[in-house]
Amino acid sequence: MQKLEARKLTLAYDGAPVVEGLDLTIPPGRITALVGGNGCGKSTLLRSLARLMKPRGGSVVLDGASIQTLSTKDVAKRLGILPQGPVAPEGLTVRELVAQGRYPHQSWYSQWSQEDEREVQKALCATSMLELADRPLEALSGGQRQRAWIAMSLAQGTEILLLDEPTTYLDMAHQFDVLDLLWDLNRTENRTVVMVLHDLNQAGRYAHHLVAIKDGAIWAQGAPEKVMTEEMVQAVFGMECRIVEDPVTHSPMCVPVSRAHRLRVLPGKKDPAKQG
Amino acid sequence: MRRMRTAIVLLLLTLATLLVITINMGMGEYPIPPLDVLKAVLGLGTGEYDFIVNTLRLPRNLVAFGVGAGLALSGAILQGLTRNPLAAPDVIGITHGANLAAVIVIILLPAAPLVALPAAAFAGALLAAAVTYLLAWKGGSAPMRLILVGMGIAAVVHALTTMLLTHGKVLVVNQAMIWMTGSIYGRSWEHLYRMLPWLLLFVPVALLLARHLNALQLGDDLARGLGAHVERYRLLLLLTSVALAGAAVATAGSVSFVGLMAPHIGRRLVGPTQGGLLPTAALTGGLILVTADMLGRTLFAPIEVPAGVITAAVGAPFFLWLLYQNRNS
Repeated sequence: MQKLEARKLTLAYDGAPVVEGLDLTIPPGRITALVGGNGCGKSTLLRSLARLMKPRGGSVVLDGASIQTLSTKDVAKRLGILPQGPVAPEGLTVRELVAQGRYPHQSWYSQWSQEDEREVQKALCATSMLELADRPLEALSGGQRQRAWIAMSLAQGTEILLLDEPTTYLDMAHQFDVLDLLWDLNRTENRTVVMVLHDLNQAGRYAHHLVAIKDGAIWAQGAPEKVMTEEMVQAVFGMECRIVEDPVTHSPMCVPVSRAHRLRVLPGKKDPAKQG
Repeated sequence: MRRMRTAIVLLLLTLATLLVITINMGMGEYPIPPLDVLKAVLGLGTGEYDFIVNTLRLPRNLVAFGVGAGLALSGAILQGLTRNPLAAPDVIGITHGANLAAVIVIILLPAAPLVALPAAAFAGALLAAAVTYLLAWKGGSAPMRLILVGMGIAAVVHALTTMLLTHGKVLVVNQAMIWMTGSIYGRSWEHLYRMLPWLLLFVPVALLLARHLNALQLGDDLARGLGAHVERYRLLLLLTSVALAGAAVATAGSVSFVGLMAPHIGRRLVGPTQGGLLPTAALTGGLILVTADMLGRTLFAPIEVPAGVITAAVGAPFFLWLLYQNRNS
């Protein structure tokens, strides 16, 4: 199995580093979720794991070799990335989009092979997009569109799949639809999934390995049962919460103690909303 | 499914082009029946029409087709590259560069030999594109910056051109204005032969790069994720686009809106996948300009309206319609 690691990774845009000296090993064949507050560096970290961003220091290592030294096409055959909110040209059909996933497997002398055709069909099947394959993307719902993009990444045929907030802009049902799809892909095809998630409870449900990031450093990582604690949420998100058992999956679930309600429930104090 | 459709569209466009060219060659001050036109072209005629058809009208039509195809291909590449449906060589400064160079030659160097004009125009197009590319570079060439900088360059260069025109003598200014409108009038085999090498080189290059343009169309991050060398292919595609537009503009002056319209029509016909879109847009552009030339020659005969006026008359409302369509996206 392909192993993806970050070693002493330092990442920066123009000024001060966003991430400094970070070490991380992505467990192969598992689902890893990166969580943290806005601007904590989780998306930046994901981008650099996918070699979309050049590290200022340290390296991202894919199967023992620094990802910067490998040919980009070679990396593209082993690791796929789906950025946040991708946009396709108008009129592109699902099948045409998914076919783009075969890009790293083609060259100027072999433009489209039987294998490409098979892989596209497989990806459409795995994401239940076969019936919608000849529709243009803009005619689909947000959830279907995200499935189409995931199908494109699948057609790339990589063992490792990185996704940046795959559930943003989707309504709740479609969010779980996409997460279930990734869960299935991990279980049936043994793909390694790494995703940035906004919703801590979704991360707690779907991730085998949870990485909590604060100020560009890993605050805690491991099984959600170990990592998802009231202290972690307080430290990483700056928010008070209670951790209870998810009644459906028995995974940890974070219930925020919001400020308005904290005042209201404290004993001995009057409800501020009802005062003068 | 799409591939079958693309093949049919390409076939129909080819037939339509051949039809319009045949009709166009038969029309004019000296009308010739279509059958006699074909006979003359194929060398099967009596020889009566050979001069008019083969020496005057055939090269003119072929030039119109080549110029239209070049502009269309250039526009299709730019629109894919910038992921912006409003991009075209005459929007982001390429044609403006050619204009300025040509006007300099016409007004300031009236004694320059005839070949100097297309050469200068070509160099002007290349220079404007190079300046745009360099100014837009900031650790990489983001498509949006390319468009904005290109439009800025276009405005500056256009202002310089206008300044030169106001200082020129009426006669040469008139000549410059016709050049800036774009016309196929009096184009001969010689013009065709000068343009042809560029088309023969860069049309196949464009088609070979179609696959990479498809990847770039998905955005830089996705293209990189798919293993594309984003900057390398963007530069190559931009060069191809500039060379095609430069060759076209150097031959016929700055015919406007073909580079904008043809890719849109192409997308309607075969979708946005470049392998099918590029040839479709090229044929569409060729057909548009051959048709525009025919209309320009015949609508107000014996007065001949430059083909560039016709494309502008159709293209300007089309551009407004596009702006209207894109107002929410």
